[in-house]
Amino acid sequence: MLRILQFLYSLRSFLLFVLLEVLAISLIVSNNSPQGAAFFNSSNAVTGSILKTRSDVVDFFSLAEDNEALLSQNALLLEQLKTINAIPDSVTLELDSAFEAQYTFRGARIISNSLRFSQNHITLNKGSKDGVKPGMGVFNEQGVVGRVQSVSDNYSVAFSLLNTEMRISSKLKSNGSFGSINWDGKDSKKTKLLYVPRHVKASPGDTIVTNGFSAVFPEGIMVGTIESVDQSSDPNSLDIVVNLSVDFSKVHYVYLVENSRLAEIDSLQKQSEIENEF
Amino acid sequence: MSFRNLITFVFLVICLCTVQILLLKNVALFGVAFCFIYLLAILSFPINIRSFSLILISFGIGLLIDVFYDTLGLNAAAATLLAFLRPYWLKAISPNGGYDDSNNPTLREMGIGWYISYSLPLVFAFSLMFFTADQWGTGGLFGVLNKSLFSSIFTVILAIIVQLLFFKRRRGI
Repeated sequence: MLRILQFLYSLRSFLLFVLLEVLAISLIVSNNSPQGAAFFNSSNAVTGSILKTRSDVVDFFSLAEDNEALLSQNALLLEQLKTINAIPDSVTLELDSAFEAQYTFRGARIISNSLRFSQNHITLNKGSKDGVKPGMGVFNEQGVVGRVQSVSDNYSVAFSLLNTEMRISSKLKSNGSFGSINWDGKDSKKTKLLYVPRHVKASPGDTIVTNGFSAVFPEGIMVGTIESVDQSSDPNSLDIVVNLSVDFSKVHYVYLVENSRLAEIDSLQKQSEIENEF
Repeated sequence: MSFRNLITFVFLVICLCTVQILLLKNVALFGVAFCFIYLLAILSFPINIRSFSLILISFGIGLLIDVFYDTLGLNAAAATLLAFLRPYWLKAISPNGGYDDSNNPTLREMGIGWYISYSLPLVFAFSLMFFTADQWGTGGLFGVLNKSLFSSIFTVILAIIVQLLFFKRRRGI
């Protein structure tokens, strides 16, 4: 017995090494599962406040650019508002549930971002106190940015679109045929559109937008434009490379979108046993 | 380890981790050369430190970086590997007559040739583990090797520069 203990004691650093490696790998696995709520990440109070202080300083240098982007977004919205505003006439229109707002929007600031790994995450300065919930979509005026993964009181962590685990249900704007956006982990400016059948006419320059199937994003939010279409690898679907419309090295301010009917859609799909992978 | 040395190392770890977290997160030369300057702290611990405590400390430092990077487990796994390999590698490349008791494995004390042959393979092992875990199932072997090689070269060069600038002779920091 003593021999065994002595033997184990002489191996103690190796045993510790194996133990810690197993621990680390289990952490990696649990952190990368799309549904798993990760508590031990940059959304906790201490790390969040440090990262926020950092971005307070760094963001100062991009204020002019951000203002310009906001200005152009404002101009666009004003233009749309003008077309929507009904001109008063003798007919009154009764608002019914068809006009009820299904999506609510919030603003947030990115306090930490990464784009060099294959699983990239974004930390935002809004948390459950501001009504952020896991599963909300994240986008800015250029296009889709990601989806909220976990939330603490004051901060939240989101999957970046540059995450190989992240899928976004999208469609070709020109003909409506849909596929799934999934990053391949290589270039932070490009992504891939999967599962588009071969008969679909897609050509470089076509616009890709979200299609609203996933109930995370409303329909029609920009994702990117097609760079190239190939027929090589898969016998069933096209090989489509998409240029992302968002420059992930420069995102600072984002909008969060919440679908107020997400729970209803989810439970309905669960009831009818549909696996929604998006 | 004397109290003075202990303070020095705590200070070194804090400094390097701060730089790593706040400045070097998205630094990647040509998209392949990452910088893990905090490894300099693990590499600079005294030669006669116990393997057990070195592994624990490295795991802690790696986990700290992970929490800020949202790459939970990646840095911790790789840093633990580096700490585990370090004593064996030190033994393998020990100069004739072994090390002095007071030797620290730093550039000033051991010379540039020794330092490169000491740090480069260890940092390469770290990078290999890091990028293999990061790109598991997505990237090819070539991408992993490419990134590991250039990241370790970049990290070692930066570690040498930091030591030339900030490390005093025979005194830690």
